[in-house]
Amino acid sequence: MTGFDFTFFLEVLVGGLLSGVMYSLVAIGFVLIYKTSGVLNFAQGAMLLFAALTFVSLVERGVPFALALAITFLVMVLLGITIERTVLRPLVNKPPITLFMATLGLSYIIEGAAQLIWGTQVHGLDLGIDDTPLEISGILISKFDLFAAAVAATMVAVLTVLFRWTRVGLAFRAVADDQFAALAVGLRLPRIWATVWTAAGLIALVAGLLWGARLGVQFSLSLVVLKALPVLVLGGFDSILGAIVGGLLIGASEKLAEVYLGDVFGGGIESWFAYAIALAFLLIRPAGLFGQKLVERA
Amino acid sequence: MANVAAPSTSNSFSWQVPAWLAPLAVVVAAFGVVPFVASPYVIEAILLPFLALSLAAVGLNILTGYAGQLSLGSAAFMAVGAFAAYNFNLRVDGLPLIVTIILAGATAAAIGIVFGLPSLRLKGFYLAVSTLAAQFFVQWALTKFGWFSNNSPSGVIDAPPLAIAGVTFDGAVGRYLFALSVVTVLTAFAYRLVRSQAGRNFIAVRDNELAARVLGVPVLRTKLLAFAISSFIIGIAGVLWAFAYLRTVEPHGFNLDRSFQILFIIIIGGLATIRGAFFGAALIVVFPLILSRLGSAVFGTVFDSGVLDMSQRIVIGALIIIFLIAEPDGLAALWDRLIKRAHGRTEP
Amino acid sequence: MSLPTKLRHLAALTALALVAAAPAATADDQSTGKEQFFPLQSYRVGPYAAGGTGFFGGTIDYFNLINTRDGGVNGVKLTWEEGETQYEVERGVEVYERLKNRANIAAWNPLSVGIAYAMIDRISKDRVPLITINHGRTDSTDGRVFPYVFPLLLNPYSETSGIINYLASREGGVDKLKGKKLVVLYHGSPYGKETIPIYELLKDKYGFDVQQIEVPHPGNEQQAQWLQIRRIKPDYVILRGWGVMNPVALKTAQKTGFPADHIIGNVWSNSEEDVLPAGDAAKGYVAITTQASGADYPVLQEVVKTVYDAGKGNLEDKKRIGSVYHNLGIVNGILNVEAVRIAQEKFGKRTLTGDEVRWGFEHLKLDEARVAALGAKGLFHSINVTWDNHEGDGRVTFQQWDGAKWNVVSDWISPDWALLRPIIEKSAAAYAAEKGIKIRTSGDVDKVTELGSEAPAASAKN
Repeated sequence: MTGFDFTFFLEVLVGGLLSGVMYSLVAIGFVLIYKTSGVLNFAQGAMLLFAALTFVSLVERGVPFALALAITFLVMVLLGITIERTVLRPLVNKPPITLFMATLGLSYIIEGAAQLIWGTQVHGLDLGIDDTPLEISGILISKFDLFAAAVAATMVAVLTVLFRWTRVGLAFRAVADDQFAALAVGLRLPRIWATVWTAAGLIALVAGLLWGARLGVQFSLSLVVLKALPVLVLGGFDSILGAIVGGLLIGASEKLAEVYLGDVFGGGIESWFAYAIALAFLLIRPAGLFGQKLVERA
Repeated sequence: MANVAAPSTSNSFSWQVPAWLAPLAVVVAAFGVVPFVASPYVIEAILLPFLALSLAAVGLNILTGYAGQLSLGSAAFMAVGAFAAYNFNLRVDGLPLIVTIILAGATAAAIGIVFGLPSLRLKGFYLAVSTLAAQFFVQWALTKFGWFSNNSPSGVIDAPPLAIAGVTFDGAVGRYLFALSVVTVLTAFAYRLVRSQAGRNFIAVRDNELAARVLGVPVLRTKLLAFAISSFIIGIAGVLWAFAYLRTVEPHGFNLDRSFQILFIIIIGGLATIRGAFFGAALIVVFPLILSRLGSAVFGTVFDSGVLDMSQRIVIGALIIIFLIAEPDGLAALWDRLIKRAHGRTEP
Repeated sequence: MSLPTKLRHLAALTALALVAAAPAATADDQSTGKEQFFPLQSYRVGPYAAGGTGFFGGTIDYFNLINTRDGGVNGVKLTWEEGETQYEVERGVEVYERLKNRANIAAWNPLSVGIAYAMIDRISKDRVPLITINHGRTDSTDGRVFPYVFPLLLNPYSETSGIINYLASREGGVDKLKGKKLVVLYHGSPYGKETIPIYELLKDKYGFDVQQIEVPHPGNEQQAQWLQIRRIKPDYVILRGWGVMNPVALKTAQKTGFPADHIIGNVWSNSEEDVLPAGDAAKGYVAITTQASGADYPVLQEVVKTVYDAGKGNLEDKKRIGSVYHNLGIVNGILNVEAVRIAQEKFGKRTLTGDEVRWGFEHLKLDEARVAALGAKGLFHSINVTWDNHEGDGRVTFQQWDGAKWNVVSDWISPDWALLRPIIEKSAAAYAAEKGIKIRTSGDVDKVTELGSEAPAASAKN
């Protein structure tokens, strides 16, 4: 431990940033739904599990990769529409905590159904990406993580285009701004919600596949939401950009802390350190990184 | 973001029977009848967890229901209470059990205040997520530092016997009576509290913080007080959970699922009602048991237990949603309506 | 649909459920004939379902084999009932309270440390054995203090010593361990930390260097830990993992360029479920086990023939026959059945009390010849439980994952029991002092609660 190993520092930093992208992937799903329906959708993790499990089970039953992807996507669309019909619509205008609890109930249903249909077996998921590390000037970089980052970037680009330059996106933003006003000008809220939940389902699918390839497809997959929550606090619940930047910040600082501060605390601090960072940041800047001013402060 | 909605409770005692009669009858029956008729199974597997969770829900309801601060860290405060009680009992010789329990509650209250600090700046889900920090930090600290579990190699510790003034509350009935006494006292305290000035301050802060401030309510102090009292009660619920119910203490038992469970209880029971905590806990504790027994009795020969339990999970999830849709004000409101209707029938 | 009506329906349903469930708890076990009942606190749902289905499936399959092939143990039928716990302590306690008054209970087999801990007081009072095969409370190995608890085959300390002994054999002798660098990657839980002092102890004894790094629960992110490992450049990494932490460790190892064949897994990192999700990254990975995997052993062939071919197999997926958890379940079944058989030799070929079965476990000696006669040669080595050694000197072996299956790559290795015994006794003595337990002597072993004079707790009303 003599001297400061700069290469090692960089390696940890890059590794952390890439892990952060994986957190962002999950966080974006939350943001999308929060933005348009004001719900902290705790079922995002369950949806992720459901998507990954459906996909991997189809592939294991001999369905070709692309077809399995298409079927899973269709299933997620159906799921999104069903959720809108059966859960959101009856609960419209209920306080946020009620909606939040409803998504908890929803996560029970989805987790139960996923395992009832596909079993509790643990599956491996191979996306065909070789994960031998690349070595760039002494720094190891995972090919898989680079791929994941590229996917995330593409997804964000698509979402941004969608939000900025399409009619649907305009409607989304209108709803996000003011539900009642949107309703008053004749926007069909249920349809928008169904679309948003479908989009969240799609993100769950992408995140589920990438995380599934890292962890294996199993029950614990739904626990990755716990990694996304501090990202949301930091980046703001309603900002996609915030989710990305927040993810990168959390990923990098969490890894650096584990490596450099871990010894001070005795290691294993990652489980709460991300929350500590997010909190510390919020105390300085209550609106989060990019959150709208609606974060109320005392 | 809107504040946590709460059903109105102010007018729910307008019926003719004195308001204190029903709770009194319940308490008398719980002390005088239940110990003689309940089987050990009912006490060990249903009543003890019911009492501990009810108390935790009463605590959380003060914070979330009355003061409007959403918390996802209840289980952490239960853990603090349980481990604090264990350590006070272990390290201070001859400390009476009552004092141990009060100190455990006080420790939880202190930790509660610390983790309540973000509430001074944050609200709603931001606050909720930040209370998760308590959840993870406490679990980490309790596992990390062996001192908390007296360096037990496995980190799981045995609860000491429950004895007050030489009387040992051993056996199922004894532990039940012990837990019941604690719950009764603290519930009475909570009932008084929410009707005191402090309780009105909680509600004022919940309903409109700005207005509360205008009216001269010390908002910051009120919030921290809510965290402190809530954590105090939840901490003692943790003591009951570990000492009277499970008889072992381990950090894993106080995980995030437990926090959600307690939150479910107050939502299903009814926010900002003391009774609601008990209704909700009864449902959350008893319903899965009935479901699984019914399931295995009816379908046990057809499906294996895995399928049954998966279905059970689905049913519980669906029930929660149906509940939120059909009775957003919780079981307490439903109960009031039933009483009113019954009255309407007998006295037209 | 008025709400009171709904509520009335609910009440009716509740009453119905209680009525339907109540007789189920008492009536059907009083059936005629001799039987021995095994309550099973299984978990087929939740994060650890894969282990639960394999283990309890294996035990049930073996019970079925004994019932079908032999008509029970000397004519005594084996019966069982499952109660789902989802691996949660309070559910385990609920199942315990529900099933503890059933007649003729032989032994409890939760496969969960948490549930086992919550049961120790209770089963000691009820005087029924509690089996925690391969895991459990280490100091319960000391039968003088824990008469009813049996961490059969392997406790966490022996596991640690077994792993180090394996590394020694791989390096060509214990003296070669000197100067070697090890990293222990452990799960951030009481379970994960339990062996920290043992690695330190063995470090001092053998002169290797060890660094122990924690992975926070659940372990789905290990980038930081493996980068540290990359910097330390250890000779071996010992994985004391749990659930999803295992495949992630293997994947992250690959990502950071650490060879899988220098990662050694412990008993909770040794199953197919731990390696399959890691795909190719798991190729070459080695893990400890007390029971070899594979379905070629005669006893498994008989299970397939007698149980599965008759459509009574417990595993949904037949491919899992012979998997690590399934075989652990089979071995667990063998040990339970043999304990009953040995107790029957002494007390008569009839239904036994839990305390009599406890006596059977305390005389559970299966040498290699007996293991072979049971059709389990090579499946597990041997066991020799005595009244004061409740672990029974189980041997361990090591298996390597080739991408499709586990292959045994070592002999049967003995942990250094003599080294560990004093630590275990010290811990047990502390427990005895704290609890006011009288330390047993060999004279107490034969004092057995007999039929008809069962402990008060067991005969209490339901």
